[in-house]
Amino acid sequence: MKKVYKSFQEAVTEIKDGSTIMVGGFGLVGIPENLILALVESKVKHLTVISNNCGVDDWGLGLLLENNQINKMIGSYVGENKEFERQVLSGELEVELIPQGTLAERIRAGGAGIPAFYTPAGVGTPIAEGQEVRRFEGRDYMLQTALKADFSLVRAALGDRSGNLIYNKTARNFNPMMAAAGNRTIAEVEDFVEADFLDPEQVHTPGIYVDGIIVGIQEKRIERLTVKQEA
Amino acid sequence: MLKQIDKGLVRETIAKRAEQEIVSGYYVNLGIGIPTIVANFIQQDKEVVLQSENGLLGIGVSPLKEEVDPELINAGKETVTASSGASFFSSAESFAMIRGGHLDLAILGGMEVSENGDLANWMIPGKMIKGMGGAMDIVHGARKIVVVMEHVNREGASKIVKQCQLPLTGKGVVSRIITERAVIDVEKDGLVLMEVAKGWTVEEVIESTNATLGISDELKVATY
Repeated sequence: MKKVYKSFQEAVTEIKDGSTIMVGGFGLVGIPENLILALVESKVKHLTVISNNCGVDDWGLGLLLENNQINKMIGSYVGENKEFERQVLSGELEVELIPQGTLAERIRAGGAGIPAFYTPAGVGTPIAEGQEVRRFEGRDYMLQTALKADFSLVRAALGDRSGNLIYNKTARNFNPMMAAAGNRTIAEVEDFVEADFLDPEQVHTPGIYVDGIIVGIQEKRIERLTVKQEA
Repeated sequence: MLKQIDKGLVRETIAKRAEQEIVSGYYVNLGIGIPTIVANFIQQDKEVVLQSENGLLGIGVSPLKEEVDPELINAGKETVTASSGASFFSSAESFAMIRGGHLDLAILGGMEVSENGDLANWMIPGKMIKGMGGAMDIVHGARKIVVVMEHVNREGASKIVKQCQLPLTGKGVVSRIITERAVIDVEKDGLVLMEVAKGWTVEEVIESTNATLGISDELKVATY
């Protein structure tokens, strides 16, 4: 049975200065809201963060930025916050930009025991400079290495004592690959099935990838509310 | 040759023409900006599945206020619905689908397109670099890449160029360019003018294009 944490502080206590962490989510959807808040409180610094985006100024990973806890950010689209721009321009923050599909696959490879792979994304562009390019079946591809992390912080809708996880809609995004690519994976779940187990047919992330679980109430902030006018 | 044209109307004209690229039965990825508007003009009788790279196959219409689910968004981070027959999946699965050549068409925005189909649409040197998102993967994945953009930039310079000055998103990836003035195909030996929009002449299009433009034998005028 998996460790079920009592507090978010306890859940992040092993994360030390200089750790590399993966944080699930696309925009603000599917981010482990309370684990991030606990990291802010823990004041851990010099973090390398691997996440598709970097939150907004007052929420998500933006809070860690604001606190100067991130040294390096690895993501695919990161400019939604002003503080991010300021820290990049002042040299306080190092950034590595990776095509979104390459980022997803590098993380998947990290959890799947594949050290590297070839992808067409980025060939002929500035990001291919200095990279190994090889031709297969008449097309050029570039070599990309796997990504792993000391800790992965993921968010799911449901979890059980076996560590099995189920995500909701587009909140799945990077979470399943990150769960597998973390040396230690902590899952923040909205609902914890205490007495029973999740339906094995419905499980998205098998429990083997998850080391600890904690239940948290999510704010689920919306970045761009778009609605249809009632007729 | 100064024409006062409403910006919104220009974008709508481009989006409506781009909709004609979508064939019933297609799986399509629409980029951010003008491409997103294309969805509003898809003919009712076409059966089209829109893919969103954050992990949704089957983007539906915008939700009513009471239907909004904060965990159901498109790649532009806007709240959406899932259409009938939709599916959700991880980002790795989503890009496997994209790179694996399973999408019929991607319609993307552009800053510059060159004579040989190079696309630049992610970065302006000297300005804050936000990232390429999924664009570099998509240009190598979808079977056909159509770029929709205004014909000229704010300074009036052609966005269709001999060689891109901006850092590339992909090399030789564009099949067709659609602007408010013309439809131009990228062929093996260069650009070919296929259609001219209403209100423009062939001469005006050639004059406002900073690249060598062949003219198709089947050139059509005033088509949109």
